[in-house]
Amino acid sequence: MMMQIVNTLKNENKLHPPLTNNSSEESALTGKDHFEVKVENLQFFYGRKQALFDINIEAQEKGVTALIGPSGCGKTTFLRVLNRMNDLVTDTHLEGRVCIQGRDIYDPATDVVELRKRVGMVFQQPNPFPKSIFDNIAYGPRIHGEKNKNRLSEIVEKSLQGAALWDEVKDRLYDPALSLSGGQQQRLCIARVLAVQPKILLMDEPTSAVDPIATQRIEDLVRELCRDYTIIIVTHNMQQAARISDYTGFFLQGELIEWGETSRIFTRPRDQRTEDYITGRFG
Amino acid sequence: MPAITEKIMKIIFWLSGMAIIFFLAGIMFTLLSNSIPAFEEIGLKPFFTDGVWRPSAFAEPTYSLLNMIMGTFMVTAGALAFAVPVGIAAAAYLSEIASPWEREFFKPIVEILAGIPSVVLGFIGLVVLAPLLAAVFNIPSGINALNGAILVGVMALPTIITLAEDAITAVPGEYRHASLALGATRWQTIWKVTIPAAFSGISAAVMLGMGRAIGETMTVLMVTGNMIARPTSYLDSVRTLSANIAVEIGDVVFNSLHFHALFVVGLVLFMITFIVNLMADILIHRKPEVNR
Ligand SMILES: Nc1ncnc2c1ncn2[C@@H]1O[C@H](COP(=O)(O)OP(=O)(O)OP(=O)(O)O)[C@@H](O)[C@H]1O
Ligand SMILES: [Mg+2]
Repeated sequence: MMMQIVNTLKNENKLHPPLTNNSSEESALTGKDHFEVKVENLQFFYGRKQALFDINIEAQEKGVTALIGPSGCGKTTFLRVLNRMNDLVTDTHLEGRVCIQGRDIYDPATDVVELRKRVGMVFQQPNPFPKSIFDNIAYGPRIHGEKNKNRLSEIVEKSLQGAALWDEVKDRLYDPALSLSGGQQQRLCIARVLAVQPKILLMDEPTSAVDPIATQRIEDLVRELCRDYTIIIVTHNMQQAARISDYTGFFLQGELIEWGETSRIFTRPRDQRTEDYITGRFG
Repeated sequence: MPAITEKIMKIIFWLSGMAIIFFLAGIMFTLLSNSIPAFEEIGLKPFFTDGVWRPSAFAEPTYSLLNMIMGTFMVTAGALAFAVPVGIAAAAYLSEIASPWEREFFKPIVEILAGIPSVVLGFIGLVVLAPLLAAVFNIPSGINALNGAILVGVMALPTIITLAEDAITAVPGEYRHASLALGATRWQTIWKVTIPAAFSGISAAVMLGMGRAIGETMTVLMVTGNMIARPTSYLDSVRTLSANIAVEIGDVVFNSLHFHALFVVGLVLFMITFIVNLMADILIHRKPEVNR
């Protein structure tokens, strides 16, 4: 198991040279003091129940950070902290600081609508609107005030191309989005997010509900997109984390046990629990 | 054993389906067979030519339904214009915005509104709404089409609110989350995603609400004034097709020409509701995904 992962990792590294070449991980992380995402001493509660314990993590601009860990360990909760989707759950509260692009997003002055424009989200289950393919993609730009038909068409085309879906749907843009296959629907949801031009993309197990071929396509897409976007992706699948991420964080029971460069986490984990998890001893 | 139960169930369901068709056919047959004597005697044309409805006039009876069709249309359209937006907004408020205790507070109120007998509403129209309208518009009497439209709208509201709320609540949460995560406001989400996704359910709510209200002859009869003259505005008195039947059926001579002419009125009313339902059906089954 371990060998397999390391092998994939090596192959991947040939295709995608790691963000930080030979420098040590620590200097890579401290070399820049303006982080795209910076979380300090985060505690999160559902009512009385604490779901996240003292999380500290940073992510630089561009590149992929994967979050792994067993079911129920708080990966989704953490992701939804970053675009304040947890606000929709009643009776939650949070302590600590969550900064995105240098601003504390839990500051009372934060414009949540504007935040969610900057921090896009792809859900675990593909969730296109019951509208046409075109209208799904155009939805975001439209609500943000774009009325010009030509510009909308342009955005739709570019977003679909960005999500590697254009060739499959260009002749049927006005068909219902729900007539697409599961994998196509998930790429449609990615295109829908791209259309609002976010800076950060949150992906919550985007391949868990699609078949292997669609998974492959979406993984390729993530590697494509990380040139332009900061991507934080939750995955159940360690091999996937190894294949597509530059950094990996390991969650266990609401704690972030360890995080760092993916190659390091998978070859030289510092915490015994991380090692146990990635070698398949539990989880 | 299960095969037999299955067969019996199948027959029971088939019979139920056939019963509905049988009732509908029976109604159609009664209306038609009782209308035919009128058509034989005076033809189709007098019902739809300009004039008034005066079938019991001694010298020269006339049978024009046009003014009453217009009255029906005015009351219905006026009621819709008021009940549909208010009903959908209230439903959206109850299901999307209201806090749990607000919902607990408002839902019984809506149900009580639904339970008010139409005669009582008609009475309120007479003693409260009519003087109010008279004062507001500075007219001698508030017994008119507007009064009827408002009351019919009020009667349609509880049905529209209750059913539209069910339809909106049934919209999967993922649609709302997707919209909010794209940076839409709650208002934009309700307006552009939730309500369109509930479109067919809301249409059904509107149709059923109107169905109940249009069937309510009593209120309309009490507050619209029952004038058979051509209405020129909402401040004129009108008579609707259903009110006309209710008013005259009591003292018409059985099997007289007037009697059969009233069946023609019923037939026309039936055709109108049938066409409205048909259009609503087409609207509902048109795929909401492709609207644009
Ligand atoms: N809306 C909620 N209300 C109360 N508790 C919740 C809620 N959502 C999640 N939790 C709890 O918080 C903990 C973390 O859940 P979360 O969904 O973040 O886990 P996860 O790592 O994403 O799991 P999975 O891999 O199964 O998706 C769990 O114990 C869960 O029961
Ligand atoms: Mg999850």
